[in-house]
Amino acid sequence: MAEPATIAALKSLFPDLSFSEFRGQTRAVVPRRSIYQVLQTLKDRFGFDLLVDVTCVDYLHYRGAKDRFGLVYLLANVQTNERIIVRTFVNDPEPTVPSIVPLWEGANWLEREVWDLFGIRFDGHPDLRRIVLPEEFTAHPLRKDYPLQGRGERHNFPVITRAKS
Amino acid sequence: MAVELPDNVVVTKLDKLVSWCRKNSLWPMPYATACCGIELMATGASRHDLARFGAEVFRFSPRQCDLLIVAGRVVMKMLPVLQRIWLQMHEPKWCISMGACASTGGVFDTYSVVQGIDRFLPVDMYVPGCPPRPEQLMQAIIDLQAKIQRGGTMFGREFDAPQRQRPPKALREN
Repeated sequence: MAEPATIAALKSLFPDLSFSEFRGQTRAVVPRRSIYQVLQTLKDRFGFDLLVDVTCVDYLHYRGAKDRFGLVYLLANVQTNERIIVRTFVNDPEPTVPSIVPLWEGANWLEREVWDLFGIRFDGHPDLRRIVLPEEFTAHPLRKDYPLQGRGERHNFPVITRAKS
Repeated sequence: MAVELPDNVVVTKLDKLVSWCRKNSLWPMPYATACCGIELMATGASRHDLARFGAEVFRFSPRQCDLLIVAGRVVMKMLPVLQRIWLQMHEPKWCISMGACASTGGVFDTYSVVQGIDRFLPVDMYVPGCPPRPEQLMQAIIDLQAKIQRGGTMFGREFDAPQRQRPPKALREN
């Protein structure tokens, strides 16, 4: 969890952040327009130098949810063992957030994975291609409105018979 | 006019002799993607000793193999690779679909897992199990040997039979 001093300093820098805590984990919800500045500040001024993960949650049909996608950044400070969860929300159409590859090189593949499976665009990403699914795949299958058994992608192959091989 | 044969001469069909040679020197190509691959390795290892059936030479080049053992689930990104491996293998060749996932997709009824490789590849033997025990895989190889001996021909005419040419119906779920 983040130190109270860190949280207080962040609150004074960014008044529109909302903090909450759950089982010793500090969570900060950030408006989408200031996500890059918040992450940059966390890295440069508060020493959160390790990007643990970038991932996403689809809140379609979720009880009480106002926004469609919740983007999650997990950060750690390896000097003080502080950890913080930074979240922001994006919506259809064209859910877009600024890429944080300029801050952490390791975000490159993490953001590609989020783009691949959730279809969130990362502005300024150097190489926003699919990473897990094949290049010709068109959908983003971890979205809740994508059917579990797909839209026929798994059957869309040529059949090789004995006569052809 | 009967021809007297010496006692040490046996008369047979060339097809049978060729099939006998082929069935006792199957060279498997292991295509192991999941836990079935562990059982496949156990089958080839000393305890179960696939060498007793002449099929112990696992080669990792399809050019040197004539038995494709698909052990584990095949995802849609991997299926073109598997088909290419199959096409690279030399005739005559056979295919064993090992385990529930390779045969039917198993519990992985999702967008990315191919629901049985036999929709896109010719399969000779299916091994049930999740994963199958090495004995089951050996039984499949023994059965495949019997199949080769039973119907095998020198020039592979059995592969031209009409029911083998009919493509399996690839289901579309839309």
